[in-house]
Amino acid sequence: MYQTNYHRASSVQEAVQMMGAATEGKYLSGGMTLIPTMRQRLAAPSDLIDLRHIAEMKGIAVNGRSVRIGAATTHEEVATSAELRTVCPALCGLAGHIGDPAVRHMGTIGGSIANNDPAADYPAAMLALDAVIVTDRREIKAGDFFTGLFETALEDGEIITAVRFDAPAKAAYQKFANPASRYAMAGVFVAKRDNGDVRVAVTGAGSSGVFRHPDLEAALSANWSPDAVANVTVDGSDMLSDLHASAAYRANLVKVMTKRAVSAT
Amino acid sequence: MGIDGIGARVPRKEDRRFLTGKGRYTDDMSVPGMKYAVFVRSPHAHATIAGIDATAAKAMPGVIDVLDGKQLLADGIGNLICGWMIHSKDGTPMKMGAWRPLADRTVRYVGDAVAIVVADSVAEARDAAEAVVVDYDLLPVVTDPVQAIADGQPQLHPEASNNLIFDWELGDAAAVDQALAAAAHVTELKIFNNRLSPNPMEPRATLGIYDAGDDHYTCYTTSQNPHVARLVMSAFYNVAPENKLRVIAPDVGGGFGSKIFIYPEEIVCLWASKRTGVPVKWTCDRTEAFLTDAHGRDHVSTVKMAFDAGNRITALKVDTIANLGAYMSLFSSCVPTYLYATLLSGQYDIPAIHANVRTVYTNTAPVDAYRGAGRPEATYLLERTMETAARELGISPAELRRTNFIRSFPHQTPVIMNYDAGDYETSLNAAMAAADWNGFAARKAEAEGRGMKRGIGMSCYIEACGLAPSAAAGSLGAGVGLWESAEVKVNMVGTIEVMTGSHSHGQGHETTFAQLVADRLGVPIDSINIVHGDTDKVQMGMGTYGSRSGAVGMSALAKALDKVEAKAKKIAAHLMEADESDVVIEDGVLKVAGTDKSVPWFQMALAAYTAHNLPQGLEPGLKESAFYDPANFTFPAGCYICEVEVDPETGRTKVVQFVAADDFGNIINPMIVEGQVHGGIAQGIGQALLEGVHYDDSGQLLTASYMDYAMPRADDLPSFKVSTSNTPCPSNPLGVKGCGEAGAIGSPPALINAITDAIGNNALTMPATPEKVWAAAQAAN
Amino acid sequence: MAKITMTVNGRQVSGVCDDRTLLVHFIRENLGLTGTHVGCDTSQCGACVVHMDGQSVKSCSILAAQAAGSSITTIEGLAQNGELHPVQAAFKAHHGLQCGFCTPGMVMTALDMIRRHGSDLDEATVRAELEGNICRCTGYHNIVKAILAAAHEMGGVRQAAE
Repeated sequence: MYQTNYHRASSVQEAVQMMGAATEGKYLSGGMTLIPTMRQRLAAPSDLIDLRHIAEMKGIAVNGRSVRIGAATTHEEVATSAELRTVCPALCGLAGHIGDPAVRHMGTIGGSIANNDPAADYPAAMLALDAVIVTDRREIKAGDFFTGLFETALEDGEIITAVRFDAPAKAAYQKFANPASRYAMAGVFVAKRDNGDVRVAVTGAGSSGVFRHPDLEAALSANWSPDAVANVTVDGSDMLSDLHASAAYRANLVKVMTKRAVSAT
Repeated sequence: MGIDGIGARVPRKEDRRFLTGKGRYTDDMSVPGMKYAVFVRSPHAHATIAGIDATAAKAMPGVIDVLDGKQLLADGIGNLICGWMIHSKDGTPMKMGAWRPLADRTVRYVGDAVAIVVADSVAEARDAAEAVVVDYDLLPVVTDPVQAIADGQPQLHPEASNNLIFDWELGDAAAVDQALAAAAHVTELKIFNNRLSPNPMEPRATLGIYDAGDDHYTCYTTSQNPHVARLVMSAFYNVAPENKLRVIAPDVGGGFGSKIFIYPEEIVCLWASKRTGVPVKWTCDRTEAFLTDAHGRDHVSTVKMAFDAGNRITALKVDTIANLGAYMSLFSSCVPTYLYATLLSGQYDIPAIHANVRTVYTNTAPVDAYRGAGRPEATYLLERTMETAARELGISPAELRRTNFIRSFPHQTPVIMNYDAGDYETSLNAAMAAADWNGFAARKAEAEGRGMKRGIGMSCYIEACGLAPSAAAGSLGAGVGLWESAEVKVNMVGTIEVMTGSHSHGQGHETTFAQLVADRLGVPIDSINIVHGDTDKVQMGMGTYGSRSGAVGMSALAKALDKVEAKAKKIAAHLMEADESDVVIEDGVLKVAGTDKSVPWFQMALAAYTAHNLPQGLEPGLKESAFYDPANFTFPAGCYICEVEVDPETGRTKVVQFVAADDFGNIINPMIVEGQVHGGIAQGIGQALLEGVHYDDSGQLLTASYMDYAMPRADDLPSFKVSTSNTPCPSNPLGVKGCGEAGAIGSPPALINAITDAIGNNALTMPATPEKVWAAAQAAN
Repeated sequence: MAKITMTVNGRQVSGVCDDRTLLVHFIRENLGLTGTHVGCDTSQCGACVVHMDGQSVKSCSILAAQAAGSSITTIEGLAQNGELHPVQAAFKAHHGLQCGFCTPGMVMTALDMIRRHGSDLDEATVRAELEGNICRCTGYHNIVKAILAAAHEMGGVRQAAE
């Protein structure tokens, strides 16, 4: 790891100030991706501003079907939230399968979303749930937030403080994990609303990160059943291809995971 | 057997320190003034070094010095060597290219060490290592072994034309060709054995300490065989004379073969300690381990197996290309030859066998022994072929094996080995019963109903371990003898210290060796200490690998105990005024048989040292040593059965049942033996299902961390059903065979046989990743 | 450079280190508690698992500075008065360790697992929860057995106390 300067913020305002004073600063939430990346000398922020002790960024609030999750809420807290489970168990299930228990104790929803790793789980959920990403200065719809591999709409110094969404009528997440990294090789979050609106968001497979699949959405809007997926063609040409899985295989996994996610609802 | 004696499930004496965080591994060592090393490594797979500029690096904070290969050469430090001479079939010796501990002119794989930075902290050393400017002139690269021996390919070493190290054969080619021509059926197969990274959880580390006052060197290192490390560093690398070099391998966190070999880092840290005047510690990180720990396997073979009309094997013909990487590591030459081709008869009575093996240089990390070393490659080839043949011949895999089992012993194979004992049918029957083989069809049908494809596969393996009769090994090219030594020191109050040349890095020797002593002398196991891993404490040793510690190391201990017992009886007989032939040792008491005369063990020991009342002419003291050279290899064998369910939509394979039935001869501690089998199976399942080292065409390692190299995790594996049978080994005094490698040897073919059975497509290579299985299942439809 | 103060195994400790120093290196080098190990660079092997404020964390992926002010338990903090903790004892009884290198992380992970699941643990849960701990020696068979046995034993003890 290169030299860096650690700062601990106690409020969002203080964090923003600290970031303003830094030359090449980075916010540090759970650090479960950032610290290993720095350890491998693949990132070299001059300053780290620790958000883990900001009380206003923590906690899960469920009001009817409206959900608000503080950005510094850990995966473990999301996975085990009884309140959230009553309205959106799919998100609890997703959080409970991110990394391993020790990672879930530190990693946060805000950190995951801000990093937008193309194989991370949360971005698929945000997109499928039509979530709003709340920052210190504005609200951004998930559809506008994820802009490419490790790229988001966040501006310099902008902090995600929370995410909010209305829980859909039905939702599920299925992922096929990379046998080595255990990140998603294809992860599909499906969500159906009472008005018939269906969203299918895919992570781990797309060559430019998380994406929605209009054809799968159309087919499932018409018929919310696993069988509806069978006749949809999932094109592999925009899929990632690497040592572990070709684009064609990922395309197959997207279809299979979609089918299984629908079955699970 | 006593509660702590041979055959008892004695909990391990060493566990307490590991469980409480008090283990002492090399990276835990700390000495005053110690500094930290980071190596500058080649990012290129093949290049010449035009120049190294360390000026900026040396000026960085905390940096003590930066040293390179030219300085190492100037100080007379020698090349790394391969210690086993193999001759090609034309009689020429193997072509060993120079391996410099720090490359001075050419780098040949990504990770080749170029310079060492010594600094106050690891972080500062790493900062400075990045500032060392190495000017490389790139050379063309070859990573594929089949391609490497073709004409017109990049050449790694001037000594080895077409990158061919040797072209070696074993067996009778003419007899094999004749049998193939006359065969009723011939099964042909192309076999790939995937390249693996051993991955002991403790990364390699070393601490080199030069003491200028005594002109003496101490090397802490993660070694399976510290005495061999000392020998090689003295005799070949010219680091220090043997009497000036102490090598300590303290607690070692797994080895699996990868810590047998002497690597550049030990040598360079010792040398750097002298050059800089400070103790120098280096600890590998995981990516460095993937780059530089010796890899295992990496064979490409073709096989032809001939059968007569009665389904009896009449001949086996094997042609193998083995990738040895960029340099010849310490035992690299014997792995694809004498540890491989000699096992090609398996459990079967095969009249004629011929194997041709070509070993090849490529721009990849060196390849050497990894758990099983040669024997997994032989077993995989043979057992995949047997399964394929059974399918082609339309008979059950068990029946084909039964038809061909060797049934009388000793049995001389056509490939050197003389099997001393075994009973293969018993293992086969035990495994089939444990696996409920007959119930498989019903389970398959039930799985079908859930949309899963269920398959079953078996593997009947044999291995040769307990390495090895020294004269035989020497005649085959070994540079060292493969005996073991032990020393038993009975202290004045009767407590016992055993100094063994075997080295425990997970095997539990502190318990099993003590069990042998407790069994023989009847003393409490807590009064026995097993000392190992320090060349200043242990007289001599050849270390632990090749499942040799029980068969060879404990046999040496048994011989030393014979001497202790004999002298103890002499002393006791004198004290009791009896004839020594009447003295027996029972429960820690020396007794005159048939009388009530007795002397407690401690009293005899005290008498040995007070020496007030010893038999005329008897030396005081009670400390005996022995060297044991085995009479033969030992031949553990067994049958493994694996059952899988394949998800045809994703290609994911779940191992739903794994059965192992092994014959290890006599067993000292069943709990430890089972643990060895479990671990071996996990590594075998890892090879078959998950693991594979991959380089791209430019020689960059694509699997350089756990993000890309799939290690078996708990949820990849089932609980295992293991059992043992026993045909005692007649070739050593304890009747033991060795159990450390069996699991890794026997399991890969069982798994691939099961998956190919499930999907109905025999064309599948290891590792059987979900994508490969999915594609093969699609192709079968 | 920062002065870091935290509670480790019940004792308040301080040390001076770079801001870039990882918690695991602070524990090993500043405090001399070498039972916590480093087995990989990518936070996957789990040899470094300790408890921070009562929860398992990977000390190779946390800066010492992040942990300042917290309460840390390492493997050295489990055995009391020379008595092995029930999880440690179960690993010994069931031969859940061989080379010992992954063992401290395994034990700390097991303890956290039992804290969350109690004696309801089953084999599938244990295997799933061990995703972040790699062992190369045991094939996990006896580790799983040991954790199940410890969960049972600790659950029994808890019930008896209630």
